[in-house]
Amino acid sequence: MVSQGLTYALMVQGAPYSQQASHSALRFAEALPAQGHRVATVFFYHDGVYNAASMMSPPRDEPHLLERWRALHQTQHCELLVCVASAVRRGLLDEGEARRHGHPHPTLEAPFELTGLGQLMQAAFQHDRLITFAP
Amino acid sequence: MYDRQGSDIMNSRSILVIVRHPPHGTSWVREGLEAALVGAALGQPPTILFSGDGVLALLAHQQRGALGQKGSAAMLEGLSLYDIEPLWYDQRSLETRGMEVSQLMPGCQQACVADLIARHDVVMSF
Repeated sequence: MVSQGLTYALMVQGAPYSQQASHSALRFAEALPAQGHRVATVFFYHDGVYNAASMMSPPRDEPHLLERWRALHQTQHCELLVCVASAVRRGLLDEGEARRHGHPHPTLEAPFELTGLGQLMQAAFQHDRLITFAP
Repeated sequence: MYDRQGSDIMNSRSILVIVRHPPHGTSWVREGLEAALVGAALGQPPTILFSGDGVLALLAHQQRGALGQKGSAAMLEGLSLYDIEPLWYDQRSLETRGMEVSQLMPGCQQACVADLIARHDVVMSF
């Protein structure tokens, strides 16, 4: 019997290392394929945008959340969307935004993408489930 | 404005936004309401439920918050312009915080929480 897998959207609103939300979201997402499902979109909002900080450098004996998100993108081909309004005011800028605001280096890199809240709504409409991970 | 290219796939999935945080000291209420407004701009005005400390956002006569933020009272008052009404609240959350309905801003209505959640396709919490 082959069951049709579901596509999931995750909204992550917790800052990495200070709250449980991103750890829980990752563990949930990593467990989906074993059940025949996949995560299609992760949307980072509120303090969750810090999950995309490209210079994140945790101690070696702690989970590297940025690497885990990248691995998730590779294995499940999910998009990693970051709310541009939440991100830019918190100092997370891709190359274009860094240039626009006169900063020498981007602090957010692919596979993370800056997008608007409309993309969160699209994900809610398009995918089978949306789960919020928030403090 | 927001692009509407996806409007054809946005059939009629209903969205419930639950606000669980108080209005001052953090940006939770503001960012939750912004998400709701984008839903409305895309032609799908969400339902908004204030629960837990979120009911504090509904107190009438609020000023701006600390932290140089803009506050959420003006945004709440403008939601009806986007067809987001009434402002649903959880009665139990009100009672446990010693609040009364008479203290709330106009346009609020008592919700049956389980029923609201069951009636919507998507739930987002802030």
